[in-house]
Amino acid sequence: MSTHEQFADDLALYAVDALTGEDRAAMETHLAGCSACRVELEQLRGDGALLALSTLGPKPPQRARQRLLDAVAKEPRVPARVAQTETRRSWWGVLGWAATAAAIVFAASLWKENAALKQTLASANAQATQSARELEDIRRIAAPIIEPEAQVVTVVALKAQPQPGGKAFYLRSRGSLVFLATNMPPLPPNKAYELWLIPKQGAAIAAGVFKPDANGRGTVINPPLPPGAEAKTFAITVENEAGSPVPTSPVVMIGAGE
Amino acid sequence: MVTALKAGDQSAVAQLYDRYSSVVYAVALRVLGDTGAAEDVLQEVFLQLWRNPAAFDAARGTLGSWLAVIARHRAIDFLRKRKPETDLEDVIVSVSPDLAREADRSRAAEKVRGVIGAMPPPQRSALEMAYFEGLSHSEIAGKTGEPLGTIKTRIRTGLMTLRKAFQT
Repeated sequence: MSTHEQFADDLALYAVDALTGEDRAAMETHLAGCSACRVELEQLRGDGALLALSTLGPKPPQRARQRLLDAVAKEPRVPARVAQTETRRSWWGVLGWAATAAAIVFAASLWKENAALKQTLASANAQATQSARELEDIRRIAAPIIEPEAQVVTVVALKAQPQPGGKAFYLRSRGSLVFLATNMPPLPPNKAYELWLIPKQGAAIAAGVFKPDANGRGTVINPPLPPGAEAKTFAITVENEAGSPVPTSPVVMIGAGE
Repeated sequence: MVTALKAGDQSAVAQLYDRYSSVVYAVALRVLGDTGAAEDVLQEVFLQLWRNPAAFDAARGTLGSWLAVIARHRAIDFLRKRKPETDLEDVIVSVSPDLAREADRSRAAEKVRGVIGAMPPPQRSALEMAYFEGLSHSEIAGKTGEPLGTIKTRIRTGLMTLRKAFQT
């Protein structure tokens, strides 16, 4: 048995969503820090999937296929937003994190609204015009932040060594998240830090990966997140650089809501 | 096929639908017992796949199993009249066979039904109540009048029995 015996029964219940209340919360806490149990959870979900696959019944009605294809035709794909994995250069320090994050979140929300708008605009020309205008807005807003010559100074108590730290700015109503890290230790090759949104209920949600730059700074900007996810806190683990859908290593940093 | 879907190829939806709609619909119908509602779930599952194909991670499971599990989640959400509680990205299904071909799926389904049929009835019942009715362990205990610990063990043992059947 690769999992912890005392959690074995509850893990099976959790895998089929039959665990509730305090037991569920306790399981999620345990899962956040136990990779063996997370692996077993995936196995158990696979076992449960056999039940789903065993169902046989009538085929869906013919009209269902056309209904789906009609719906798909009405929903041209919105370009997927990808978690920002590139580290940012030295422009974070000038305005301070809060101002920077607020500007970025605002800019991102404009971008997001633009994406939503794209879906509904009837004309491609109108879309292009609108996009250009809003992109220009974003550039104008971000201009004071992105000057490459900006100087970054970390201020610490005398004789103190700078410690790794990070701040997550999360706007739940818009699904916007900006995470800024400083003094992060270098990583082994092919590894990256992965940010996790730890919800009040449910499993940790991947919230982007980042690699620190030579000065230990890293950022994640607006990773794809499920709408309305309520964050209890955020945490960081070290994962493969492509990121992992579930945490597979111990938490190296964790915070609480501010 | 999933790559084509990610690239926005609408014909990929049709092909994936032709391959997997029967399993998605069967799961939804099993949970809901209503053809209209099952059709709505079928529609939603494939639309979700179209909108967010990246939610399916081919490295961690097979598409057929993933869709079946998503269908089960959505059908139970529908049954309990609640908003979707599980995010697609959270659904990771390892080890299960893909069963893209109807004949393979029929064989596997027959095997699973054989395994379930051989389980002691209270164990089978607890497993099915959790999986297809979306009942919690305490609801199952309340319904059957059995201790919580017994229900927990039955569900786990049931899943393990299924696993063993497909490991050999």
